[in-house]
Amino acid sequence: MTESVISCHNVSKIFGPNPAQHLANLKADPSLTQAGYVHAVREVNLEIRRGEMLVVMGLSGSGKSTLVRCLSRLIEITGGTVTVEGRDIATLSEPDLIDLRRRKMGMVFQSFGLLPHRSVLENVAFPLEMRGQDRATRYSRAREMLELVGLKGREDYFPRELSGGQQQRVGIARSLAVEPDIWFLDEPFSALDPLIRREMQDEFLRLKGMMNKTIVFITHDFDEALRLADRIAIMKDGRIEQCDTPDKIVLHPATDYVAKFTSEIDRARVVHIGSLVRPLTAPPSGEPVPAHRTIRDLARQLISDPRVEIPVINAQGAVIGSVLRQAALDVLLGDAQ
Amino acid sequence: MERDARFAGTAKLLLALAVGLMVFKAILPQGMIRPPEWLVLPFADWINVVFSFLQNDLGLMAVTRAFSAVVEWLLNVTANLLYGKSRWPNLGPIPWSVIAVTAFMAGYALKGWRLGLISGGTFVWIALMGQWKWAMETLSVIVVAAPFSVILGLVLAVLAWRSPRFERVLNPILSIAQSLPHFAYMIPVVVFIGVGPKAGAIVTIIFSVPPMIRMTLLGLKKVPEEVIEAAKMSGATRWQLLTRARIPTARSEILIGVNQVIMQCLAMVVLASFIGMPGLGQKLLQLLQSLKIGLSVEIGITIILLAVTLDRLTKAWALRQPMHEAASPSWITRNRLLLIWLTLCAIGFGLAHVFPYFLEVERRQALSVAGPVDALMDHLIRLITPVTLWLRWFLITWVLIPMRDAYLWLPFTAVLVLLAALGWAIGGLRSALICVAYFGLIAASGWWDRAMITVYMVCISVLIAAILAIPLALWGARNPERAGRILLICDTAQTFPSFIYLIPVIMLFGVNDVAVVAAVVVFAAVPLVRYTIEGLRNVPPEMIEAANMSGATQAQLLWHVRLPLALPTMLVGANQSVMFSLFMVIIAAFIGTQDLGQEMQRALSSTDVGKGLVLGFAVAFMGLLTDHLITRWSETRKRALGI
Ligand SMILES: Nc1ncnc2c1ncn2[C@@H]1O[C@H](COP(=O)(O)OP(=O)(O)O)[C@@H](O)[C@H]1O
Ligand SMILES: [Mg+2]
Repeated sequence: MTESVISCHNVSKIFGPNPAQHLANLKADPSLTQAGYVHAVREVNLEIRRGEMLVVMGLSGSGKSTLVRCLSRLIEITGGTVTVEGRDIATLSEPDLIDLRRRKMGMVFQSFGLLPHRSVLENVAFPLEMRGQDRATRYSRAREMLELVGLKGREDYFPRELSGGQQQRVGIARSLAVEPDIWFLDEPFSALDPLIRREMQDEFLRLKGMMNKTIVFITHDFDEALRLADRIAIMKDGRIEQCDTPDKIVLHPATDYVAKFTSEIDRARVVHIGSLVRPLTAPPSGEPVPAHRTIRDLARQLISDPRVEIPVINAQGAVIGSVLRQAALDVLLGDAQ
Repeated sequence: MERDARFAGTAKLLLALAVGLMVFKAILPQGMIRPPEWLVLPFADWINVVFSFLQNDLGLMAVTRAFSAVVEWLLNVTANLLYGKSRWPNLGPIPWSVIAVTAFMAGYALKGWRLGLISGGTFVWIALMGQWKWAMETLSVIVVAAPFSVILGLVLAVLAWRSPRFERVLNPILSIAQSLPHFAYMIPVVVFIGVGPKAGAIVTIIFSVPPMIRMTLLGLKKVPEEVIEAAKMSGATRWQLLTRARIPTARSEILIGVNQVIMQCLAMVVLASFIGMPGLGQKLLQLLQSLKIGLSVEIGITIILLAVTLDRLTKAWALRQPMHEAASPSWITRNRLLLIWLTLCAIGFGLAHVFPYFLEVERRQALSVAGPVDALMDHLIRLITPVTLWLRWFLITWVLIPMRDAYLWLPFTAVLVLLAALGWAIGGLRSALICVAYFGLIAASGWWDRAMITVYMVCISVLIAAILAIPLALWGARNPERAGRILLICDTAQTFPSFIYLIPVIMLFGVNDVAVVAAVVVFAAVPLVRYTIEGLRNVPPEMIEAANMSGATQAQLLWHVRLPLALPTMLVGANQSVMFSLFMVIIAAFIGTQDLGQEMQRALSSTDVGKGLVLGFAVAFMGLLTDHLITRWSETRKRALGI
């Protein structure tokens, strides 16, 4: 579970006429700003573990898209190293890189990136076609994928004949057609209406539950991040301000920026009982609460429970400690810390 | 603003200097009135040296001969298929009825009944009027030349897209190429290839490549980045990326490029009659020269119909969006159009076999509208002769001759300073230098007087065109439906080959200066009308509402809101208008003018490449100068308006 699939070490990306030179200048004078240069990603260090879902979030222009493109080398990085499954991707030859993308990676884009002249079926079969699979195999696989995302019967449609949500389903089906281990999603639902967005998030959680993939999901919507993430990385001006579980981010923001970001959030929805657990001081008494529930889930019980200390059990039913009722109520009523 | 004020100061100074030069013309030395001997450089000789080197020493002749052999072979194949020239594969001619049915089905499949009837009807008209052979001679060249241009354009555009350095080199070349008049292309081709259909096809190929490159490049650049990234993440190699993602996604622009190639081909192939290209153009030229109005009207209609058909078909193809077919199990329903087409073709072949009339309409069976047209025209002309005679007299004595004399009277130094003043006022030092450089080169070419006549013809024509076009456009734009109709007419008129415009003016005015000016005026008015209406129509409604709320009258609204906002678009029209008139003045030269065009025709008949290209460049520089000034001006206006 802790093996890391992608790791970034001091990754920087600078847009401009001579990025390498600019990076060297920056080393000498870190506060340097120069017209014509955009420092989109700054000194990012990140470990992404196998099977985890990392949500990268930040305001628009904070460098999220650039960072995720560095991970698949759609953009060449200016400084640092990106390692995917132990290999430094900057050193891969073009055929190796193509092979890596063909076998290991899938990506979903904000404005879908579908090929307008191809039908839905041909779009989904596109990655398989690139791999040189024969027509019958790739079409049957593409049909399977379309059925999975709920677009059965639309195989012969063209992208412009579909709604935004349907187009993004095609994008998702295409990115999954090659059964990638690593799945990148760059603001996949931002272009959709709020109602459809909600529906697509549910759909996404369903798909996620069916497979075991390493996922990097980008969004500028904190609610979306909280709904989906195992861990959240918050970016600002190209830097990662904090990368942690949602509970830790709301309970212990690392910087003022993160604190401001999370201040509007209803913490009780985010914080799990598990993150308030402390060692037992006395033997457990009475009905325990499960660690994976949020405070909001158990609000009713917490308010009426007379105990000072409530025992907590994990998914297997074993007692792992206790939570102080007062601490939980503090989170619930919004005056923790 | 401060910068503008400084520009205005210097410009006024230059203007004063120019006026001074004119006022004191009497005491100016001769060398300041006309370009002196030492300034005139023998460009023509230099070009001839280069060409003879290319031709003789570099063995380019062998290459061009080889290429033209390929083209000739293809021309023979199409000639056999289309009008039965006895060459391999000796299958033709395809009956006209089959071609007409095919055109109908193409139109129907692309857009529906109306387009089907237009395109099918065109070929029926051509056949029934007994013009089949000429039209097919013309068409066979297009069929061969257009694919060459398209492929050449695609390859060059892809290269330019991949290498920004190549694009930087290519761009100015394309700009010059697109402002060189048609004849400038013909002369080198005649030198390398000779005259005839082969030369006509090759000059057509070269002439129609630039718009293809421009459109393809535009399309390739417009492909959304995410589409490319998605293809990359799907594991596409560079080649797959280009052929399966980028080029197909740029489909619409590329097909608009194909449309432009075909229209350019048609325009050129009609003009290539000057270098012995048989077909509709040649017939038209002969008929016009012998003033057979009725018959030339017939040919003119054919050319117009062909232009409209080719334009509409290719545009419909370009704008066609892919659509899913309702799932249908049977092969017959899925391919019904193909089956109908095959059936109709079979019927056509059958009919042609039994009744030769459906194979080829012979000359004596052909219909003709020449008689009635001639009678009608005679009548009409008798009716309006007093008017045209008076108009001719008035224009020649009171407008054309005085203007021409005035332009010729100007000392060349005064013209250069005047242009510098104009350039400075619009774009500062850089523009002033560009203006002086272009016209300085024209002065140094030794064709000053001829060039001034061309300038005068263009100026007077565009002026008259503007006087006619702008009120028309203002009137048209008042009512959206009317505006739509006028735009449709303008769009259609722009697809006609320029040669067509000569028919009515020769009909009305005979063969003289007035006819040339009239043709140019009509040709130049079309883009002016079109862009003025576009500009007025696209004024944001909020602005008009805001002005209405502040109580502006209709006239105030027009002067203070709509016209200023429409100006940048109108300037695009003015730019095209000048370009079109330059081309038209040169083409109309065979009617008899004394400008650069006439000299170019002489260079063409004596196959003097050097002279021809020098003249061509002189015309191109006039076009590029106007283009530079108008573009700069329109940019500053746009910036000032914040759009
Ligand atoms: N190709 C590029 N050239 C120059 N600047 C770029 C380019 N792509 C992104 N940027 C800049 O990098 C910064 C980060 O952009 P991006 O990663 O797209 O942000 P986000 O996805 O978080 O909205 C922005 O300031 C953007 O303008
Ligand atoms: Mg983004």
